[in-house]
Amino acid sequence: MSRLQRHSWFEADARARIAGLVDANSFRELCGPHERLTSPHLAVLDLPVAFDDGVVVGEATLDGRPVLVGAQQGEFNGGAVGEIHGAKLRGLFERARRTRPAAVLLAIDSGGVRLHEANAGLIAISELMRALLAARADGIPVYGLIGGSCGAFGGMGIVARLCDALVMSEEGRLGLSGPEVIETVKGVDEFDSKDRALVWRVTGGKLRRSLGDATMLVDDDIAAFRDAARSLLARPVPARDLAALDADQRALTQRAARHADARDGLDIWRALGLPEPALIPMLDAADFNRLLAPLSPTEAA
Amino acid sequence: MNALLDRLFPTGHTVAFDGHNLSGHAASAAGRVHVIGTRDRAALTTDMALKLSQAVLDAVRADQASGDPRPIVFIASTQGQALSRHEELLGLNGYFAHMARCVDLARRSGHRLVTLIHGEAVSGGFLAFGLLADRICALPEAQVKVMDLRAMARVTKIAPERLEALAQTSPVFAPGADNYARMGAIHALWSDTDDWPQALRQAIDEAGGEDRRAELGRERGGRTLAQPVAERVAGVPLGA
Repeated sequence: MSRLQRHSWFEADARARIAGLVDANSFRELCGPHERLTSPHLAVLDLPVAFDDGVVVGEATLDGRPVLVGAQQGEFNGGAVGEIHGAKLRGLFERARRTRPAAVLLAIDSGGVRLHEANAGLIAISELMRALLAARADGIPVYGLIGGSCGAFGGMGIVARLCDALVMSEEGRLGLSGPEVIETVKGVDEFDSKDRALVWRVTGGKLRRSLGDATMLVDDDIAAFRDAARSLLARPVPARDLAALDADQRALTQRAARHADARDGLDIWRALGLPEPALIPMLDAADFNRLLAPLSPTEAA
Repeated sequence: MNALLDRLFPTGHTVAFDGHNLSGHAASAAGRVHVIGTRDRAALTTDMALKLSQAVLDAVRADQASGDPRPIVFIASTQGQALSRHEELLGLNGYFAHMARCVDLARRSGHRLVTLIHGEAVSGGFLAFGLLADRICALPEAQVKVMDLRAMARVTKIAPERLEALAQTSPVFAPGADNYARMGAIHALWSDTDDWPQALRQAIDEAGGEDRRAELGRERGGRTLAQPVAERVAGVPLGA
């Protein structure tokens, strides 16, 4: 189906993303801006604060089924996780363990730990990871959505891969250390962060989908993210028992061996046997997905 | 590292080294334990993450057969994740997430998880492994951080003198195992004169249950907001 008017996920803020993701007018925010939960650690440095500390959490329905939703505000401090921001996300997963929604949807847009409160942020992400894993163990699926300007990096890059499935747009990026950090420490020859095409070939949605890190690749369109989330809700939740983790261990080992010399997404696409790797960045989601279909990369492939 | 292991496990251990990885078994005051970790402030790569995950999966499998999940002692010594385009391309974050899932599986399979920080524990390398244990202890001189204060000053564009001054009163951003202890993420700071086998036994005895770090951070006064904010969103008291 072609859409005459697209609403960009990339350009939207967290509340607009949620509004377009779930059933109309179904979202009820928890600890919203009226509660004025602002970071005292930013205030003490005379830095701007936000009434939601850069993350929106709450309850909604999707296709009439109850879901919990969290969405990070990339525009506030790069979506970085501080004490309150992290506690809100952790609280969302603790709530899920009690209310047992059909899923938790996590719209990630974050560079990771907020350096101004670095220790609190690191611990908060650790608590978020444990709460997410606990909700998962209780049988509640967790789905991640990545398509914002900050992508998912640092601790939030790890959190993203704890999700049962990930939806990404080409614009979304996923990794651990950002290109700027690698360039600063290791030099421009290791990673030229100004080479935007290279950055996307190493961290972007198409590369992540090709490796199986992302479950679905969609266009930068809020309705496309919504459709993807709806289809995930209809899927069985994958197991995470010893046998499943053994299988992931084998797949990740094979990936490292197969791509032992790769330094660019082009190397990966070539090794996967995709025709004309250099043209892949130009394709829209539908054409890319058609190209990839014969490979059907699965989780951790 | 051998001196550390000898002091921790005076009655014997069979810990083997594989590059920066280590794994094996030891006799502790709390019985036989698995020992898994890294040494020499390793920069964690996909290869090292796979070895750590494999060791955890092997421990779970071994004890599943016997029906007696033994404690796992993690030794954390890491300067953080390896900074490399190749590692990023492979999806180092996903290898770390897999490691975290394996640690979580071990917890759910009944293993008590204790981390000992030796040397240094930094950022991503610590987050997906040692920091996920039930009980975390820092050995003397252990350093814990996200980033150096000077690098932090550069990135945040805040004068280093100002950060130094603030660090005297606030535990939230400056490096230091004592700061992490005040915030509830390190349960005990071991001193050189402590009886380590006894301290380890206590840590193993106390390990387990729900994540109570936010509660501990509030009790110790270093992290007062995490617990009440999470509880407001959860709608229930945590750890109940």
